[in-house]
Amino acid sequence: MTPPGLAAARTSPAGQTASRWRMRLATALMLAPMSAWYFFLLVVPLGILLVFSVGERAPEGGYQAGFTLDNYVNLSTRATAFGNTLWMAAAGTILCILVGYPLAYYLATRAGDKKTVLLILVIVPFWTSFLIRTYAWLTILGNTGIPAFLEAVGFGKTVLLNTPFAVLLGIVYNYLPLMVFPLFVSLERLDKRLLEASKDLGAGRWATFRQVTLPLTLPGLLSGAILVFIPIMGEYLIPALLGGGKVFFVGNALFDMYLQSRNWPFGSAAAIGLILVVLVAVGFYLWFGSRGRVERQVSLL
Amino acid sequence: MDRTEFLKHDRAFQRGHISRRAFLQVTGLGTAAAVIAACAPSTTTSPAPSEAPSTGPSTGAASEAPSASAGIDPLADWTPPQGVTLGDTLELTTWPNYHDPKTLDRFTQLTGVKINVTVFGSNEEMLAKLQAGGTGWDVLVPTNYTFETYGKLKLLEPLDLTKIPRFDASRYEARFLMPAHYPAGSPDLYGINKDWGTTGYVINTKHVTKPMTSWKDFWDLARADYSGKVTIHDYQLTAIGNALKYYGYSFNSVDPKELADAEKLLLDVKPHLFAITSDYQPAMRNQDAWIAMAWTGDAVQLNRDISEITYVIGKEGGEIWSDFFAVVANAPHREAAYAFLDYMATPKISAKDAEFHGYPVVDSAAIELLPDSMKSNPIVYPPADQLAPLEFGAAVTLTDPNRAELWARVKSA
Repeated sequence: MTPPGLAAARTSPAGQTASRWRMRLATALMLAPMSAWYFFLLVVPLGILLVFSVGERAPEGGYQAGFTLDNYVNLSTRATAFGNTLWMAAAGTILCILVGYPLAYYLATRAGDKKTVLLILVIVPFWTSFLIRTYAWLTILGNTGIPAFLEAVGFGKTVLLNTPFAVLLGIVYNYLPLMVFPLFVSLERLDKRLLEASKDLGAGRWATFRQVTLPLTLPGLLSGAILVFIPIMGEYLIPALLGGGKVFFVGNALFDMYLQSRNWPFGSAAAIGLILVVLVAVGFYLWFGSRGRVERQVSLL
Repeated sequence: MDRTEFLKHDRAFQRGHISRRAFLQVTGLGTAAAVIAACAPSTTTSPAPSEAPSTGPSTGAASEAPSASAGIDPLADWTPPQGVTLGDTLELTTWPNYHDPKTLDRFTQLTGVKINVTVFGSNEEMLAKLQAGGTGWDVLVPTNYTFETYGKLKLLEPLDLTKIPRFDASRYEARFLMPAHYPAGSPDLYGINKDWGTTGYVINTKHVTKPMTSWKDFWDLARADYSGKVTIHDYQLTAIGNALKYYGYSFNSVDPKELADAEKLLLDVKPHLFAITSDYQPAMRNQDAWIAMAWTGDAVQLNRDISEITYVIGKEGGEIWSDFFAVVANAPHREAAYAFLDYMATPKISAKDAEFHGYPVVDSAAIELLPDSMKSNPIVYPPADQLAPLEFGAAVTLTDPNRAELWARVKSA
């Protein structure tokens, strides 16, 4: 026998409204943590950032209410930092693709039994603190590390530390796994019969790669590129440690504006500027990705 | 009120920093007031009756306090204060390599208070965090030029010297203690000296063969013979200040024309630098850098380990500074903070600690306890003629927005 309450809920229109209301409540409750997270940790800080960015620096530093667009106008004085960040992020992403693709390809298609071990080896460095891993490069690239070796074998004196090269190396080293994993997944899911078909139809290795493998793994490549590109745009630690204050990112400029010159409004304007630059860049990636898909559909026809 | 504080007020009164009335009010203890009343009848007529009831309860407490502090010999080893609950933790915000871990451990052993240390790279960062609020810090180690800002923003509390019985201002050279009074010249003391030092540069004489004695040598050779081998601080105050000295301007200048000259020099030198960093010891140790703008303690540590590394104080001048122990306003572990200040004001403790960090101390009783090797080391205690042209950093040097922006521009260029 059904409890009277439930029976009533099934039959009476009032009961139906109540159950619908209950469902809505359940949905709202389940969405609440996520919404609160989204609201308090994204929307509110962004709002604060916007308000701050049109304010003025207080005499002792910090924020003082006001309305001015000077902070945005003055962003041109940080053009070098923005330009530097953009090209280093692009170069870092491309280098990650160049190093990561062959690695992911090998892991997905050729590694066989060793696959698991090799995959774990890619993850293992992540178990150590990011800071310590990057700090280690200070010793490796420093005077007593690789340059000493290069000098011993007759290459003369070289300086590696505190150069764009050192920063790029640090970036590729730290972000490579983020590129390898999406690529690995898309390469592993790749239907091998398509490669055989391509071969049967007379395509060479390069043609097969260019026309079959690459277009089909493009989604993995793009998500890897975005996963790598966005954090590099906000990178602070690697240029601070391996760039020695000479290779300068927007992240470092932000640090200086908030914590050294304590010009929060200017820092907020720069942060908004960085968000806009990243949005434009990611928009370009997505456009590029969808363009690739359209082409593929055309070529399939 | 104990003897130390009474003497402090007495000195302030003698120097004319406070009025006789203020002096009588702050020192208005039963016996003291009575003694002074005899000498100064004109002023006691009105304050005395109003003082009497209000000091009633505090006199009771104070009459026990002197008996407690009277038993304290500052030269003896430190013991925890009696009858005070210290809690179990203390948040200490300070600089890297600045405390002997043994000193901190010993405090924990004696009191049961665990010390959590947070280190910072610059006073600006400390200030920024304190301005943002909610730090939960107790003890801060600020530098001389920050007190005006901290005082104005009420981020530190004026020290209750009765809780630091081992501190005695008469053991401290007045010019070092002076910056911690806020407003300038008032008897309110916001910090007691931890140590002091200078800002010069270290050179590795194995590679640097040209004689270097001035800031002119520093900036000129950084662009010529030693290009790629020089580091400067990542700190506007010293980096700009010492660039100003190249032209013979004041270390503290905020004059737009003089700052423009300094910016030109810094931008010109930047491509020749090995790094802009305040963590220059690793680079000097593995000889990536041969010359580094440096503070006393780093120079002492480098020279102790690698004897070819010597220290130069620019003959045009530069910076002399002092760091202090201060109590953060609304400190969550206030009693533990005062106990720690008292602990560090004990000459035996601070002298032992100085052997570790290498910076000269101000406390004359602690200096006497230092080993001769430290007392006679010219890096630690430079000859007076080298110290004469040095300047204390001014409050405006820290907070001037143009200097701050100039430095941020140079770095992002």
